Amino acid sequence: MATIKSSKGSEAQIVSVGTFRPARLVPNSEIVDRIDSSDEWIQQRTGIESRRFAGPHESVIDMAQAASEMALKRAKLTIADIDTVIVATITFPYQAPSAATALIERLGNPKAAAFDVGAACAGFCYGLGMANDLIRGGTSKNILVVGVEKISDFTDPDDRATAFIFADGAGAVVVSAADHVGIGPTIWGSDAANRDAILMEPAWTDYKKTPQSTIEQLKWPNIEQQGQTVFRWAVFEMSKAALRTLEAAGVTVDQLGAFIPHQANYRIIEAMARQMEIPDSVVIADDIKTNGNTSAASIPLAMDALLEKHPELHGSLALLIGYGAGLVYAGQVVQLPPAPK
Amino acid sequence: MALSQADVLAGLKEIVEEVAGIPAASIELDKNFTDDLEVDSLSMVEVVVAAEERFGIKIPDEKVTDLATVGDAVNFIVNAAK
Repeated sequence: MATIKSSKGSEAQIVSVGTFRPARLVPNSEIVDRIDSSDEWIQQRTGIESRRFAGPHESVIDMAQAASEMALKRAKLTIADIDTVIVATITFPYQAPSAATALIERLGNPKAAAFDVGAACAGFCYGLGMANDLIRGGTSKNILVVGVEKISDFTDPDDRATAFIFADGAGAVVVSAADHVGIGPTIWGSDAANRDAILMEPAWTDYKKTPQSTIEQLKWPNIEQQGQTVFRWAVFEMSKAALRTLEAAGVTVDQLGAFIPHQANYRIIEAMARQMEIPDSVVIADDIKTNGNTSAASIPLAMDALLEKHPELHGSLALLIGYGAGLVYAGQVVQLPPAPK
Repeated sequence: MALSQADVLAGLKEIVEEVAGIPAASIELDKNFTDDLEVDSLSMVEVVVAAEERFGIKIPDEKVTDLATVGDAVNFIVNAAK
């Protein structure tokens, strides 16, 4: 029998990050009347002061394109250099083909390998983990990992549990082959017993079963969330997963420059930091305060905001952890990208 | 392991003080978590999980809303630990 040739790659690193934030900044005052709430209540429970909503003519692909072009420019690469594109999203409003194929066509490299990741708010870290392993396995050399959401299309402005949390935006990183370990092992998993803690229902087929129904009769698949269940899981289980991620990378918490968890709720972030005993020397990402929870886009958006505010952190170590509907999670220790030249 | 009401109250005072920053001296059995101590629903989740770990019991999510006062929580924990 002939032997099968194997491929072997190299280590990988994040070489750049790019973002797109919709122009429309929506303060709490625009949200509160429909949910009988207040600016103070929202800030106290989530830390959120404002969020951004995309306009009617800004699509998931428009936002992903803008973030990707910024990341490519900062990496001094063109789309022709990219062999693989991974898009994490739960709000691309087509069953098929994927958002990733729409993006490569738009960016001008329609031959690249392209696929979407459906891991909700953990999607970016799922994609980053796969990108790292694709390069280490020798399948890919330069990968674009994009997190993008237009959750305003799937949020009920009258839902007191979600209307003030979610937001729109896109973040992208270029992951390239490297001569050192720039991305540590991925620690990931699920807690599918809590599958109904975050939902987007009904199924599309429910519309087909009752063709006489209008959208008013059948609800739109807006995001729904059991806040306290998610809070409990996020704070206590995710802090343990984050510590396992550090251990797998052989990095201690005091060696980190930054902690960039999914921007779900600032109260979760604070409670995780307390559980993990993160020292004051570590900068904790807080992009949620002004830009809301952008699901799969939140980690690259928060990374870019943090590097803009703390340029000395370029090249330092950061702990990333994404978690969300599923429930699913994934985390890595990464070296933050160098300052763009 | 059976726990006394006094032991549980003392432990709970420490937890509430640490999680919500409320002085232990002001935490008494008849105090309402929300109205008197201003412990909101998210801080309550942290209190509950810390109490589970400390007293080796389980407090299901659907029970948490029944624990209106410090006394309710103490009684629940004492009974759950029997």
